[in-house]
Amino acid sequence: MTPLLSVQNLRVGFPTRSGLFQAVRGVSFDLGRERLGVVGESGSGKSMTGRAILGLVRPPGRVTADRLDLDGEPILNLPESRMRRLRGARISMVMQDPKFSLNPVMTVGRQIAEGYRLHTGTSRAQARAKALEMLAAVQIHDPERVFDAYPHEVSGGMGQRVMIAMMLAPDPQVLIADEPTSALDVSVRNEVLRILDRLVSARGMGLIFISHDLNLVAQFCDRVLIMYAGRVVEELPARDLHAAKHPYTQGLLDSLPRLDRPVERLATLQRQAGWRDAPEEGTP
Amino acid sequence: MLTVEDLDVWFGHAPERVDAVKSASFAVRQGESFGLVGESGSGKSTILRAVAGLVDTWSGRIKVGGETVAGRHRSRGFHKTVQMVFQDPYASLHPRHSVDRVLSETLHLQGMVGIDARITRLLDQVGLGRGFRFRYPHQLSGGQRQRVAIARALAAEPKLLLLDEPTSALDVSVQAEILNLLCDIRAERGLTYVMVSHDLAVVAHMCDRLAVMRQGRIVEDMDAAGLRAGRAQGDYARKLIAASTRYVREA
Repeated sequence: MTPLLSVQNLRVGFPTRSGLFQAVRGVSFDLGRERLGVVGESGSGKSMTGRAILGLVRPPGRVTADRLDLDGEPILNLPESRMRRLRGARISMVMQDPKFSLNPVMTVGRQIAEGYRLHTGTSRAQARAKALEMLAAVQIHDPERVFDAYPHEVSGGMGQRVMIAMMLAPDPQVLIADEPTSALDVSVRNEVLRILDRLVSARGMGLIFISHDLNLVAQFCDRVLIMYAGRVVEELPARDLHAAKHPYTQGLLDSLPRLDRPVERLATLQRQAGWRDAPEEGTP
Repeated sequence: MLTVEDLDVWFGHAPERVDAVKSASFAVRQGESFGLVGESGSGKSTILRAVAGLVDTWSGRIKVGGETVAGRHRSRGFHKTVQMVFQDPYASLHPRHSVDRVLSETLHLQGMVGIDARITRLLDQVGLGRGFRFRYPHQLSGGQRQRVAIARALAAEPKLLLLDEPTSALDVSVQAEILNLLCDIRAERGLTYVMVSHDLAVVAHMCDRLAVMRQGRIVEDMDAAGLRAGRAQGDYARKLIAASTRYVREA
């Protein structure tokens, strides 16, 4: 079976005064109908990987890959006009903070409906109906009221649900969620995750869940890639994350304070130069 | 060391008045480490700001080391006793002041002598070393900036440190280093900490006792062992602990 998304040797580079800076250095993975977690610290290239897949890396940044296929179809460096037709309709992204992703001077309902019409060409009335249906699908209890609300009138958790509703309205095959719950309180976070979870399973989507939170990814995802300095250093089933082999992954896990395991001192991570260039595990 | 009684903090005027903190009371003994936890908007940071004198619309009683404070005015002695470390190390340092200037200005204001030697000692203490003395914030990583902020707070040789989410803007590996540093400093100097955090595991690691806040009120007092064991009296604290420990997938 063709994977929903197939990435082989993805590289993202930015020219700087001191030469080419490689933010992503040869990332490879296949995504099926699953929840794939991508974990790493700031600067590990996890977000840049997501942006590169969506064709959102702006020049002078350069993206290369041996393969970047969406459902068997190459999408690497497509002309912007063709990428625009794919983006949103077949592959979509939810960002960290709804405050910066929603248009502040347009009601949320109009934003959802407009995005949907752009990709499907339906009538206004149909788009409105779809937007209301999506708002209900993300557990918003009074969709009619929220439809007419402006982004500043909704809470952070509500805003993130609106973003998910907007991104999922055209029924994409692949959703990339970049730290979708990091700006949210824990109680709201779990609700948003549950909605995401339910929609992904119900629609058979592939989800790439980018996060810095190892414990969350271990609980939420099926499979995890751990990134360090632009590379995937380890890949493993999420439930086995706590039995990770790579010293970087182990180091990250150990440095986290945990409620169920009191320690006198937290372990700190001793970074080793070799990690930058170590051969990737789990990828050919 | 710190006593807060019946503290109310509000912003704005009626009818738009927001009551950020409602009749909060707690006491922190000398040498103790006390945590304030809760979700955003629960008023935990506002309590710290009221203690530090950054808000003047409050009522109730705040006593620091036996001295009762009022409004926004704080005596010179107060700042020698109490210092604060903020959440965002990218925002809390002046972008055009070098580390040297940040520290020497603070030391000068505190009327310290032997400033030069003190700066070197402070930098060593926070694990930066002398090489960082003439750097500017943009030449430092987030963790290094937070170390500078801690050095600045220590410059006055305070007894009480107010820590407002000191590691939530940092990566987990850097967070571990900063938390270890804070533990070491507290042990060395016998400091008292009041730490605000939304991360229960961080608070359990750092604090002896804590208060859980919700919508401006303290809804639960507990100790770290109780937090780890999930022994909460009230519904809200129990739910909060459950929600932050795990995400349970639907069957």
